[in-house]
Amino acid sequence: MQSSFLLFVIFTLMILGYLAGRRRSLAVARMSRGPDRLHSLPAYYGFYAALWAGIPALFLLATGVFFQDWIITKLVVADLPETLRTLPPEQLGLVMNDIRNMATGNIVSTEITPAIQLAADHYVRLRDLYSTATWILVTCISVLGIIMVRARISPTLRARNRVERIVIVIMMVFSSIAILTTLGVIFSVLYESLQFFRKVPVTEFIFGTEWSPQIALRADQVGASGSFGSIPLFAGTLLISVIAMLVAVPIGLMSAIYLSDYASARFRALTKPLLEILAGIPTVVYGFFAALTMAPFIRNLGERLGMEVASESALAAGLVMGVMIIPFVSSLSDDVINAVPQSLRDGSNALGATRSETIKKVVFPAALPGIVGGVLLAMSRAIGETMIVVMAAGLSANLTANPLESVTTVTVQIVTLLTGDQEFDSPKTLAAFALGMALFAVTLVMNVIALRTVRKYREQYD
Amino acid sequence: MNTLSETIETGPDANLIVPQENEGAFREQQFEDTVGDVTHPNPRISCREVDVYYDHGAVHAIKNVTLDIGTGEVLAMIGPSGCGKSTILRCLNRMNDSIDGCQVSGSIRLDELDIYDKNLDVVLLRAQIGMVFQKPNPFPKSIYDNVAYGPKIHGLAKDKTDLDEIVQTSLERAALWEEVKDRLGQPGTGLSGGQQQRLCIARAIAVSPEVILMDEPCSALDPIATAKVEELIDELRQQYTIAIVTHSMQQAARVSQRTAYFHLGHLVEVNTTDKVFTNPQHHLTEAYITGRFG
Amino acid sequence: MTSPANSTVDIVRAGLPKRYARERRFRLMGMLAIGLGLVFVAILFLDIFSKGYTAFQQTYVRIQVHYDGSVIDPAGTENPDTLAFADYMALLKQSLREVFPEVTDRRAKRDLYQLVSPGAGQVLRDRVLANPEIVGTTEEVWVLANDDIDMLVKGHIDRDLPESNRRLDDRSLAWFDRLVDQDAIEKRFNITFFSSGDSRQPEQAGIAGALMGSFYTLLLTLLFSFPLAVGSAIFLEEFAPKNKWTDLIEININNLAAVPSIIFGLLGLAVFINFFGVPRSTPLVGALVLTLMTLPTIIIASRSALKSVPPSIREAAMGIGASPLQTQFHHVLPLAMPGMLTGTIIGMAQALGETAPLLMIGMIAFIVDVPQGFTDPATVLPVQIFLWADSPERAFVERTSAAIMVLLAFLITMNLTAVLLRKRFERRW
Repeated sequence: MQSSFLLFVIFTLMILGYLAGRRRSLAVARMSRGPDRLHSLPAYYGFYAALWAGIPALFLLATGVFFQDWIITKLVVADLPETLRTLPPEQLGLVMNDIRNMATGNIVSTEITPAIQLAADHYVRLRDLYSTATWILVTCISVLGIIMVRARISPTLRARNRVERIVIVIMMVFSSIAILTTLGVIFSVLYESLQFFRKVPVTEFIFGTEWSPQIALRADQVGASGSFGSIPLFAGTLLISVIAMLVAVPIGLMSAIYLSDYASARFRALTKPLLEILAGIPTVVYGFFAALTMAPFIRNLGERLGMEVASESALAAGLVMGVMIIPFVSSLSDDVINAVPQSLRDGSNALGATRSETIKKVVFPAALPGIVGGVLLAMSRAIGETMIVVMAAGLSANLTANPLESVTTVTVQIVTLLTGDQEFDSPKTLAAFALGMALFAVTLVMNVIALRTVRKYREQYD
Repeated sequence: MNTLSETIETGPDANLIVPQENEGAFREQQFEDTVGDVTHPNPRISCREVDVYYDHGAVHAIKNVTLDIGTGEVLAMIGPSGCGKSTILRCLNRMNDSIDGCQVSGSIRLDELDIYDKNLDVVLLRAQIGMVFQKPNPFPKSIYDNVAYGPKIHGLAKDKTDLDEIVQTSLERAALWEEVKDRLGQPGTGLSGGQQQRLCIARAIAVSPEVILMDEPCSALDPIATAKVEELIDELRQQYTIAIVTHSMQQAARVSQRTAYFHLGHLVEVNTTDKVFTNPQHHLTEAYITGRFG
Repeated sequence: MTSPANSTVDIVRAGLPKRYARERRFRLMGMLAIGLGLVFVAILFLDIFSKGYTAFQQTYVRIQVHYDGSVIDPAGTENPDTLAFADYMALLKQSLREVFPEVTDRRAKRDLYQLVSPGAGQVLRDRVLANPEIVGTTEEVWVLANDDIDMLVKGHIDRDLPESNRRLDDRSLAWFDRLVDQDAIEKRFNITFFSSGDSRQPEQAGIAGALMGSFYTLLLTLLFSFPLAVGSAIFLEEFAPKNKWTDLIEININNLAAVPSIIFGLLGLAVFINFFGVPRSTPLVGALVLTLMTLPTIIIASRSALKSVPPSIREAAMGIGASPLQTQFHHVLPLAMPGMLTGTIIGMAQALGETAPLLMIGMIAFIVDVPQGFTDPATVLPVQIFLWADSPERAFVERTSAAIMVLLAFLITMNLTAVLLRKRFERRW
């Protein structure tokens, strides 16, 4: 709350800075010979002052907030009595947690000793001091920025160029967020995964055929007795994804072909948006549909045919996931098919090919790389899809190829492992990150190949 | 939409600059009748009073054209951009069917067959009337498969050796065999422009059509490739009836026996090529071939 | 007539019937594919609607309540605190006993109390707090029926089933029938569904909390992602030099658009919550994750909007001496704005429907209170749907479906707005 109010103060100072800069520039101009003598429009002097009032202050605030906990903790620890200070790091962490909880008025897990009470008071004092210091520093820097710019304003100051350079740099920083995100993903999953692999061997994770993370917790001994073989999870993921693709690819592809080569303009204008509705439905809705309608339907159907169907069969989840992916496949194929030049169709038609012959023997082979890329993208989406399988697929890791049985997937396990109340560094929680890393790696490779294929394909006909 | 704008360039700016001195006369009189001899003693294709409209009648692209294309002749169709020469060519094998809102009236016959008969089978018609396009458009398949495509879909070859033979003769006739016989398995798109166009011609004659329509077949080629294709056209005349649309008057003069001059959708003059180029009967033809517009 | 040309025609003609049969089959397959797609859309909507439309009504029971001062405020202090924490359920229980005086044994009484919602006392409390004068008087009040009664009224409980397989036993049914005879049962528009937060009791559960959570989360997401995306798009499209770095950014953006959403949840958990210490379960951390997720969508859309502004506009502006940045902000950006907004709306629609990453960052918690700000624990509509879908009570099924209908209504509105915006401002240069 406090730093958001500080944000507001900085914003106000920026407005003041703008006004001050503008005013100053006009005054300077009047002292020389009229406003046309200024290098830039007065507003730019204002912006320049505002930027100087804002950016360093914001930067300082961010750094301050970021290091606050670390610095205060260091100081409090340094002041702790000898007996507490020399505790091993884990226990010291627990003590610090207690102190922090006391300071914020939360419930404390252990008994309150005078030392901790003292430390908590110290913590509160330091925190108040720190925030006061931040307040003063930030405000000073901001005001200082305004004063400095104001002093430097002269008709020759190239305010516009400077403002524009700053704005461009800001935009450049914005555009780097994509890279930061990827790096963040890689480092976060990698870091936690490495911790996981310190407790569970990599070979077991990759080649193990047994997945039962619960045991590890109950035995309360790290990694020794839990089994973390990811093969059944990937097999289950693959099974459901393949079912989904068996639904989505034929239907998506054929409807794209029909819409682009057969349908009249009116039919297309009517049907396409209707089919695209499927793409806009949130996955949780599909999950609900899969769990409450599709799964019971398939089970009843199976029972009537005398087959044994699990109530959370892979088939139900796969079918619904397939429906979800139809518009995805269809719009990608549509793009790709439309990119095949009309001249090829003309060439084939002029030889006396029927429409379907042209499509099957000229358009489709020509579009194949693009279609393969699209299918790969769709597959990667199916593998990463979460809600449908969380709601409609099972939890037990069966290694089976029978779509009527219940299987679990990578994403289901990530969700189950992380939505419980676990200690963050238990192998169970860390296993979720290892799975996340595997999922990220697999989908990344598929996406890169797919995107490259599609791009190459497009360049060929551009 | 794309095909439409390639075929005719509508709108005022696409039209020619009319010679100033006889503008009034230009509008009134000279389109009444085609000058020269529209008929041929031994016609393969005969068009009678053909009108073509685009955009559901909004654009009148071909106006009352009557024309024969004789057996074993090369007929050149020339005229300024937007005159409708490509349009009438594409009417001959009903390639205009795929354009939304295109209407054709009048009669076009291939021998005794009415091309615009409701019961006519377009597939069958196109097997008899082949077409070569402005831009070489080989399929993204091997050279062999490009040529074999037509015979395969129509079931013309009894077996593999038969197909091999068809491919070879077609490539030989298209004067391409010697250049590609060692790399039949390579993609047709890897050939040079002129080779690609000859490949497209080979592809067309592999179906053994009776008529070949060529829509500016050399406009995307360099002079040497053009010379080769022109030579080829001259040879093909022995077996096929050929109608060729061209922008180049020299080309028309080199390859054709008869020449038809189109202007704003009208067929202005048809005569032997010699006569059209040495002694044009109509002043518009004369203006065009002497380069006053085009 | 045995010339080679004619034999070709004959061969072709002979093959035609087969070829046309294949053509028809192919065409039929295409139509079948489209038909199947449309059937899926129809089934999905019909299924959700048929399950959910009843949730917009709720059964109420009319009860004669005596606001007994000795129960509410035994000391007669009229202290608001005393009034607020009084046992109003006791009043209802007493009234129910008066309606059915023959019920005496303990278990039967407990079943009897089950006719009304455990939260029904709330209504009485609100009335007393609003007007303490009514203590000591008697009045008729409509209170929430329990979810089983509600399901019975809506026909979801089959009376013909054997008693052991039914949620309501024969005795409860008899009580219910007597209440019906007294006109003391009524279905009304379900205001609770729109006005209250989550609850373990289906009849008291509403989507207000989730809606507000979604609102706060989306608002922040919009505030974060729009400037970021527009800035990045302008830089990448207009200023970025063509080098390895910008190539890398380009590839990154395209890949991020295809990364599974759950991965963003892991990122949020590891980086925002554990590293930066952003509070869990709050709209703030949800918005941070959704921002990273929707950024690629909006950037890609914004870039294509910028691309569609013809270079002549830029040249014209530069030609009269505008700086590159002035050209962008004064001329290019206004023209590209509709396209950018369309992309933003579509990105926001995605964010509104997203569930998986939010599970990772604790927005799955059971939260009764309607959130009041960006740092209050909250849940969002799709997560609420997920939570309810997991609940076993039949009454939650209809509420889940109804929540889905609300969610879909929002999404369809947003997407329609995007389509209309595109239509309205689409420019052909």
